[in-house]
Amino acid sequence: MTEAKYPRSEVNLDKCKGCGLCIAACPMHVLVESPKLNSKGYHYAEYTGSGCVGCGNCFYSCPEPDAITVYLKNYNPNEEV
Amino acid sequence: MKKTVLRKPKGFNDVYRHKPGAEKDRTHYCPGCGHGILHKLIAEAMEDLDIVDETILISPVGCSVFAYYYFNTGNFQAAHGRAPAIATATSRANPDKVVISYQGDGDLAAIGGNNILQAANRGENIAVFFVNNAIYGMTGGQMAPTTLPGQVTTTTPYGRNVDTDGYPMKVCEVLSQLTAPTYIERVSLHDAPHIRKARTAVRKALKNAKERKGFQLVEVLSSCPSGWKMDPVKSMEWVKEKMVPLYPLGVYKDLGEDARITVRPVPVMDPAAVWEKLGISAEKDVDFPRGDVPDEYRKMSIRVAGFGGQGIMVTGQALASVALEYGYNVSWLPSYGPEMRGGTANCSVNIQDGIIGAAEAVKPSMLLAMNRPSLEKFEEFVVPGGTLIYNSTLIDTEPTRTDIKVFALPITGMADELGNIRVQSLVNIGAYAAITGMFRVEDVITLLPKLFKGKKQAIIDLNARAVKAGFNYVKENF
Repeated sequence: MTEAKYPRSEVNLDKCKGCGLCIAACPMHVLVESPKLNSKGYHYAEYTGSGCVGCGNCFYSCPEPDAITVYLKNYNPNEEV
Repeated sequence: MKKTVLRKPKGFNDVYRHKPGAEKDRTHYCPGCGHGILHKLIAEAMEDLDIVDETILISPVGCSVFAYYYFNTGNFQAAHGRAPAIATATSRANPDKVVISYQGDGDLAAIGGNNILQAANRGENIAVFFVNNAIYGMTGGQMAPTTLPGQVTTTTPYGRNVDTDGYPMKVCEVLSQLTAPTYIERVSLHDAPHIRKARTAVRKALKNAKERKGFQLVEVLSSCPSGWKMDPVKSMEWVKEKMVPLYPLGVYKDLGEDARITVRPVPVMDPAAVWEKLGISAEKDVDFPRGDVPDEYRKMSIRVAGFGGQGIMVTGQALASVALEYGYNVSWLPSYGPEMRGGTANCSVNIQDGIIGAAEAVKPSMLLAMNRPSLEKFEEFVVPGGTLIYNSTLIDTEPTRTDIKVFALPITGMADELGNIRVQSLVNIGAYAAITGMFRVEDVITLLPKLFKGKKQAIIDLNARAVKAGFNYVKENF
């Protein structure tokens, strides 16, 4: 059985400023600071790949408009306009 | 409709095209800045309430000065502390728009303290988002009215001392005492549950604003990791541990169902209606046919300058008033110190057929210098080919410009010979008429009783002699 694709948190790594607020806000501890640097020189946040419950805490804690997208459980990419 | 994805809200611009530099896809805010969080809540609420296209956002001075890069709304940027005044005007002039005023604590609670107080007291139809991070963030972390007692800032290196610096300004508590405000709440951004509460408050304020339910204010306790010299996560802990106890969260005022929908008279935008109110005929009433005016004098931008008491303002008013009778568009803009006599004074007059833009004669086509300081101050600004008239009675130096026409007239002397130096302004009008050909002397004399309503006939006659003297001097000597 494959793990459900959604919910899922996705970090736009080049827009992340590495502030860490999403990591602190994640109740499931599935966001971590990457050991790698992005093009701006920040250790960006990244999703470990499993365990997201789609609560949206990371999205609302993130000060950058376009650095985090959260696809909720009922997300269907085919329905996107 | 239930959301299936949380992504950059439509309240933001897709691309921040007004932002200078190459990075037009991200904000200028520091990592962990609370402004970004609040921006996102506002942008999301605007999208969900479907008000993005009917919102005008006023940005303040402070880090959020550049809010206009980001929000996909109409935008104004206000001078320091004046966002509520600009928001008031915007809201009154656009009663069908949602007006947001976004301010920081240095901006709102210090220099703009009275602005916010009066806007709240008038119950303006605006939603104010007030970011309180306890310092002046943008300028480098100085003490603000909201700085905590004992808090070390760049201007309180030993900590804020309440005996010398006063106590933290509690804006929600103060404003909630007023009758007019509809909704006032304080929220915090220090963790996810509190961001949710802030989100609810932002939505409520904007929903009320959409329904024109008067004055809304949400104070948002926020962090400034750079100004506080803390990492973003620690600074949120600092908000929780230090700020929240001092600035209690919660609803301070909510009229709820009692909130009134405020309807104000729509401003009159019809020039003819304004003229009628002012008692001016909208039809141009031209009593005096124009004479031959050389091209160079058909679009006049005039600076009249001298000592206070030399008739500077009267000269300007009379030039404008007479020109008006010939059907020109005119403006008169005074500039003077507090003294009625002495001191220096100047005014700008524009006379032309087209629409007058700026009223100030920054680069005048004519300078009328009544004393030496005025000549020295304004001579360099006269446009090449322009005209300089100077008062040779009081100015014993020669003008330095050689690319302009110069008329040296003993204006004060002529007025003195007529028996009253207060008629200098009428000498000026006569000289202007002779130089430009714009006015006929007999027309000006006909107009004198109208220009100087209530003056005795003897004064009117003296004024008429002064006009003729100025006119004749130019005709005889140039």
